[in-house]
Amino acid sequence: MYGYLARRILATLPVLGIVALVVFAILHLSPGDPAALIAGDHATPQQIAEIRGKLGLDRPLYEQFVVWLGSLLSGDLGISIFSNQPVTRLLAQRMEPTISLTITTTIVMVLLAVPIGVIAAWRADTWIDHAAMTLAVLGFSLPIFVVAYLLIYGLAMTWDVFPVQGYTPLRDGIGAWANHLVLPSLTLGLSFMALIARITRASMLEVLSQDYIRTARSKGLGPRQLLIDHALANAAVPIVTIIGVGVALLLGGVVVTESVFAIPGIGRLVVDAILTRDYPVIQGVLLIFSGVYVVLNLIIDLFYVVLDPRIRY
Amino acid sequence: MDAEPLLVVDDLKTWFFTRDGILRAVDGLSYHLKRGETLGIVGESGCGKSVGALSILGLVPMPPGRIVGGSIRFRGRELVGLDEPAMRAIRGNEISVIFQEPMTSLNPVMPVGKQIAEPLMLHQGLSRRAAYDRAAEMLDLVRIPDARRRLSEYPHQLSGGTRQRIMIAIALACRPDILIADEPTTALDVTIQAQILRLLRQLQRELQTSVILISHNLAVIAESVQRVIVMYAGRKVEEAPVAALFRRPRHPYTVGLLGSVPRIVRGAAAPKTRLAEIPGMLPALSEPVAGCAFAARCSLATAECRTAPPPPLLEQAPHHFAACWHSERAREVAYG
Amino acid sequence: MAPRQRGLLRRYPMVVLGTMLFLLVLLITLAAPLLATHDPQEIDPIARLRAPSPEHLLGTDALGRDVWSRTIFGGRISLMVGLLVALLTSAVGLGIGLVSGYSRLADAIVMRVMDGLMSIPAILLAIALMSVTRASISTVILAITLVEIPRVVRLVRSVVLTLREQTYVEAAVIAGTRPARIVFKHILPNTLAPLIVQTTYICAAAMLVESILSFLGAGTPPEVPSWGNIMAEGRTFFQIAPWLILSPGLLLGATVLAVNLVGDGLRGMLDPRIARRM
Repeated sequence: MYGYLARRILATLPVLGIVALVVFAILHLSPGDPAALIAGDHATPQQIAEIRGKLGLDRPLYEQFVVWLGSLLSGDLGISIFSNQPVTRLLAQRMEPTISLTITTTIVMVLLAVPIGVIAAWRADTWIDHAAMTLAVLGFSLPIFVVAYLLIYGLAMTWDVFPVQGYTPLRDGIGAWANHLVLPSLTLGLSFMALIARITRASMLEVLSQDYIRTARSKGLGPRQLLIDHALANAAVPIVTIIGVGVALLLGGVVVTESVFAIPGIGRLVVDAILTRDYPVIQGVLLIFSGVYVVLNLIIDLFYVVLDPRIRY
Repeated sequence: MDAEPLLVVDDLKTWFFTRDGILRAVDGLSYHLKRGETLGIVGESGCGKSVGALSILGLVPMPPGRIVGGSIRFRGRELVGLDEPAMRAIRGNEISVIFQEPMTSLNPVMPVGKQIAEPLMLHQGLSRRAAYDRAAEMLDLVRIPDARRRLSEYPHQLSGGTRQRIMIAIALACRPDILIADEPTTALDVTIQAQILRLLRQLQRELQTSVILISHNLAVIAESVQRVIVMYAGRKVEEAPVAALFRRPRHPYTVGLLGSVPRIVRGAAAPKTRLAEIPGMLPALSEPVAGCAFAARCSLATAECRTAPPPPLLEQAPHHFAACWHSERAREVAYG
Repeated sequence: MAPRQRGLLRRYPMVVLGTMLFLLVLLITLAAPLLATHDPQEIDPIARLRAPSPEHLLGTDALGRDVWSRTIFGGRISLMVGLLVALLTSAVGLGIGLVSGYSRLADAIVMRVMDGLMSIPAILLAIALMSVTRASISTVILAITLVEIPRVVRLVRSVVLTLREQTYVEAAVIAGTRPARIVFKHILPNTLAPLIVQTTYICAAAMLVESILSFLGAGTPPEVPSWGNIMAEGRTFFQIAPWLILSPGLLLGATVLAVNLVGDGLRGMLDPRIARRM
């Protein structure tokens, strides 16, 4: 078991390295002069040269990478071109709304998707199954912002249940905080719930056809014990895996959702940064989100040990 | 002592409704089981013996299967059509079953102790500690050494024979009246087979449980049961005390089964005979046969055998029943 | 209807439904010049932000342009992006996957890179790629392709690796068959089925990603009336003119749904394990 744990942790490092490489490469290997891109369409050759010098873009590529990587590892993500503030500070300021949204959404997503998948598998091939899966696919087929606007139209405009936009920090009251997060979480949750529900259903179906389920039934166990202790416990590994994938999609969806609901989080930050071609910010956000995803996957892999005793021994 | 039998199966019909037609897996099966008795059900694969047994506990997958007729009375209580909660109270509690594949019949992610404790907590309302204590006792009962430590182990850490013992422990935990053993040794090594069968016999004596032992292996049947039923194409074709069946079978199919068992005879005078096989194949379960289901493969078959109605089960000798128009000449049937 | 066709409809209703829906959308967008009621670019400041009416089937936008006409013309862009991305990712992904499955050295490098790419959330990666290039339909297509390729590579690679273990492939190798022939005769046909299914899903995903990119302002150039752009323009007026976003949005959703259903159906038909359960 410890070998497994150690190997998984070590395997993370090259992935993080590649991520850093990719993020670096995007800016530098693109057609066009990075300095000109950063300077913008209306810059003079003088300004471009100035930027090139300031950001060290005239040094050889590998040297730039090493320097950049070095500053990364020491916690320096560069300075925002637009606002002249350290990227790290900008990220820190915007972190709370994004984290709130991500966590509430993950909870909504899992609490909705897993039971739906379990019930769909339990009543496979009935109308419940077909209805549930079709609904799930529907959520997955609409672009996130359309789901967002549908929810806003229905629950914020037509019936004034929730606020249309905005975010209230936690310290200003948990009620208002939650109230503003309902629609955004639902939006994201509904969109990605499909994936989790489908895999849950598939995994459960696979498990329910196994011999040990027949044994459990022959003991006289009721549906609750059957489905949870015996079926779900064995179906857990693929389900937890797909929840990890769901969170990755979530991190991308956060960008759009914050944009639609005017939530001042990291997603909004990166959208603004695109419009202003603020590369240090874009790089910083990419690194943070990717890093979170990689660490999350690691945690899930480590969690497998708890789920499946066969790995332990 | 002719007390009311513990279990009475009367004209049971379990059919499967599939896209390709109706499969009549069990088509009019009747037998009974007395208290403390061990009954063997023998027949080739596909003859309906497992389905018949699973029907007792309602464990046949309900789409596409269904019990379309007949009755199953356990202690006078009708089981066919019983509602699910009542059925669950019987499963694992008053009637238990163990299956063929010990390697895959245990939950891989649950410690075996908990798997034994589950029915105890459910049916007898024991607390966790009491249930685990009883589970340890059960492990002792099935002769697994070092019981306490085994409780927290997982199935993949145990051998096939041990897993089957655990299955037996689970099945007998609540001291059921009837244990159905569906091919319990088929998937095990020969040496382990013998151990498990011996264990089953010992437990049957100690706990006075009635046992229905299902197997296609005649040797297993011969050494473990008191009475035998031979099944063919969803019906019972012969029934007798075990010694009588082996000494003088009264149905051509049984003769064929016995003849197809290889005999180890030592010495130069050992007859060099071919292993006789029964020609032909089982009839497709989806096409009902008018007369005797075995007629197509039987050298003794006459026109009477091929037309309806199928031969009834008649008592050919004391306690010895066979469904054949030519039962007295059964041993003359030619094979090979 | 011939019995075989009827059997198809009953057994795979979703595929048939999805395909018909997709073909319907395709027809509408292809026939856009015939079905459009107005010139999609025609500005009419007097008729701004009108609700859907017989004259303007889906209403008008902030510049008085007819939303219905813009939408069906815009469909062409989205469908084109979806289909081209699907084709490109399949072709390139297949190539890389085959090489990776065969050469252990290539595999080590390729898989690390793919892992890294997949660790960056798709939309963010697409956004970042778009931010370093001049916006155009081609760059959008290329960017989304790059984002979706790792999935295909992974799939092809795993199929190749599994197939190489198969006895009949080993037999071919021992018999001295050249690698190229083994690839074409044994490996390629078996990768096609899962590849087709995956490609279908990628087409759907690509259409969604394009619309999100355009919505955020990082996708197709503003002059191009892709569905994403139409919805982006309608953002500020949502509370007074919700049809600006909802009409193209629901149409896009229907199209993506259709493609997803086709993918599901194909998977059911081509994967024997699932087909049995149907």
